[in-house]
Amino acid sequence: MISSIRSYFPQRLSWIPTSRPPHEYFELAGKLLLKHEIPLSEEQISHLVSTSVLTKVDSFERHYFGPRCRRCGNQQAHFFATMPHASCGRDCTYCRYCIQMGRVLACEPIYIGSSNVKWPAPAHPCAWEGTLTPAQEMAADELVTLVQSGGGERLVWAVCGAGKTEMLFPAITKALQQGKRICLATPRTDVVRELLPRMKTAFPQVGVQALYGDSPDKRGNAPFLLATTHQLYRFAHAFDVMIIDEVDAFPFHNDPSLHFVSQRAAKPEAAVIYLTATPRKKQKRKIRYKKLPVTFIPRRFHGHPLPVPQLKLTPTLHRSLKKGELPTRILKSIAEQNLTHRQLLLFLPSIKKAEEIARFLLEEGYDVKAVHAEDTDRAEKIAAFRKKEYRMLVTTTILERGVTFPSVDVFVIDAGHAVFDEAALVQIAGRAGRSHEDPSGNVIFYHIGKTDEMLDAVDAILYMNRLGEKG
Amino acid sequence: MRCVICFEEILPEVTWSTFYKPVEEKKMCSTCASKNEKITVPGCTACFRMDSKGLCRDCLQWQKTSPGVLDGNKSVYAYNAFAKDFVARWKYRGDYVLLEALQEEIQKGLTGDREKQAVYVPLSEEREKERGFNQSKAIIQAAGLQPVSLFQRKHSEKQSKRKKRDRMEAENPFTLIETSPDPVLIVDDIYTTGRTVRHMASLLKAGGCPSVSSFTIFR
Ligand SMILES: [Zn+2]
Ligand SMILES: [Zn+2]
Ligand SMILES: [Zn+2]
Repeated sequence: MISSIRSYFPQRLSWIPTSRPPHEYFELAGKLLLKHEIPLSEEQISHLVSTSVLTKVDSFERHYFGPRCRRCGNQQAHFFATMPHASCGRDCTYCRYCIQMGRVLACEPIYIGSSNVKWPAPAHPCAWEGTLTPAQEMAADELVTLVQSGGGERLVWAVCGAGKTEMLFPAITKALQQGKRICLATPRTDVVRELLPRMKTAFPQVGVQALYGDSPDKRGNAPFLLATTHQLYRFAHAFDVMIIDEVDAFPFHNDPSLHFVSQRAAKPEAAVIYLTATPRKKQKRKIRYKKLPVTFIPRRFHGHPLPVPQLKLTPTLHRSLKKGELPTRILKSIAEQNLTHRQLLLFLPSIKKAEEIARFLLEEGYDVKAVHAEDTDRAEKIAAFRKKEYRMLVTTTILERGVTFPSVDVFVIDAGHAVFDEAALVQIAGRAGRSHEDPSGNVIFYHIGKTDEMLDAVDAILYMNRLGEKG
Repeated sequence: MRCVICFEEILPEVTWSTFYKPVEEKKMCSTCASKNEKITVPGCTACFRMDSKGLCRDCLQWQKTSPGVLDGNKSVYAYNAFAKDFVARWKYRGDYVLLEALQEEIQKGLTGDREKQAVYVPLSEEREKERGFNQSKAIIQAAGLQPVSLFQRKHSEKQSKRKKRDRMEAENPFTLIETSPDPVLIVDDIYTTGRTVRHMASLLKAGGCPSVSSFTIFR
């Protein structure tokens, strides 16, 4: 993958200092920061600059096509603007592409911290006592080899519920034992939040930290970090092992800037691991042409096949949705579903529709809550659903991946909508049957006409199940 | 052209009139423009509050506590969800160029006030350095007027925040450097309670300024 990104972003990372003097400022190790983001005084900063622990670098490169932001890699002219800058008294260029992470201005350098700190090398960092399935173990061995050799990349293509996280444990253990630094990055905040307690339990001594937009801890001074890919804007040559989970997910897959920063965050000699359940065409092509070594796991950890979605034609669906209601046919299935022991996940194509339908179902007397991207209580509501504090969760594609509940049925309302592409539908279907105790579940796509995306999703699931049977 | 707010490509509308005249460059796409609510009929004639008939409750209160201080406020847009997001991006993240999206309407909103002294709200040195620009000055410049400096801030904004609320409300955070013999228009981004502009207006009036009104983008 990284080599294909090079065509967008020709590798010009020579500005990252290669001399890395040793130091003990863990908070600065491998960081790329604006001055006000450095938690030190003016004097301390200039002292660290004089000893090359911090290196000052121009924030923009000048090219014939215009500037290029070194923090985010942006070089498109319409993402730059100028402002009369009060501090320098001149018209100053700034980058609008990465401004949500703090404004980068032409007159203000960025600071790069030497990654050369001594991370602890615990002998037995992993407290996980479970066992891997033979398929998981095979993958785990390949990843351990990659980490040990250092340098190189591998894609792990594992179906939803294959147990990707556990599969990483041996490689993470090996890296920690060798005093290496690891980052597990993913495009989705919910996935980071979900992974943090699991990783903390598995690696209790290393002080795993999570970084995301509003994470309580922003220091990023641990040897093992979980982060949203956006947080990688603040790293340069920091990690020996870089794991990118859900490589095919929005916004990572269609944002070249995030590819650029995840490449920059890894050391040149790093081991890079990509994880996906639903690779995009580009990734599949690279696998086919053997440009990217792949580990393939078509079987869930409990050995049962993936639930295959049923497609149900519901001609009155759009008419009902317009009124903020559901057709009687769907209501009837919901009523029947509510008599079972499983909870129900209901996917709607937009935030507005999710809220309307949640309100409608509440009026119908159901025990229901809505969760979406603009929801400030999202994390609490997800946690409460997992604890079975309510029966039905109405949501959008924000919960299509990474988030697991032990025993749910899944209904997709208006599955033909453009937001539900093949990857999204496969991921959504993958929410069902996740536990040993309840390894199956009903997945129903309600639609007003089959789309290619729906049919491709079903084909992909059937294909995986066939491969899984053989393995 | 791309929308200065959402970066979407703006397709120029070609009609018979644009066929002969050069197309006006739009800064904002129609989707973004539709989320921005223009104040067409102000409810309260004194402060441009939308959801009120005649003088609003706040203005009636001001009439009692500080009569004759501010001779009226004009605003262009309602402070809705879009506006909140706009202010967060423009002022707090410092995306200066966003203001271009509203420039045309700001200029229209200021017709009839262009002869007045356009006075800006000062920031503390610390805050101005952090933000890189003064939002009130930027609006005046966007309108094509000359920003006039008549005030200074007593403390930094952070210091005054730390103080007890009631003291902060009572204390005037500004000092007047120079008064104006001509009518003054105080320009700012938002009119919320009207306290900030009244702090400034009271000093001007005490200094003998004949008329003080205010203009904000959002109300
Ligand atoms: Zn940038
Ligand atoms: Zn500058
Ligand atoms: Zn727009």
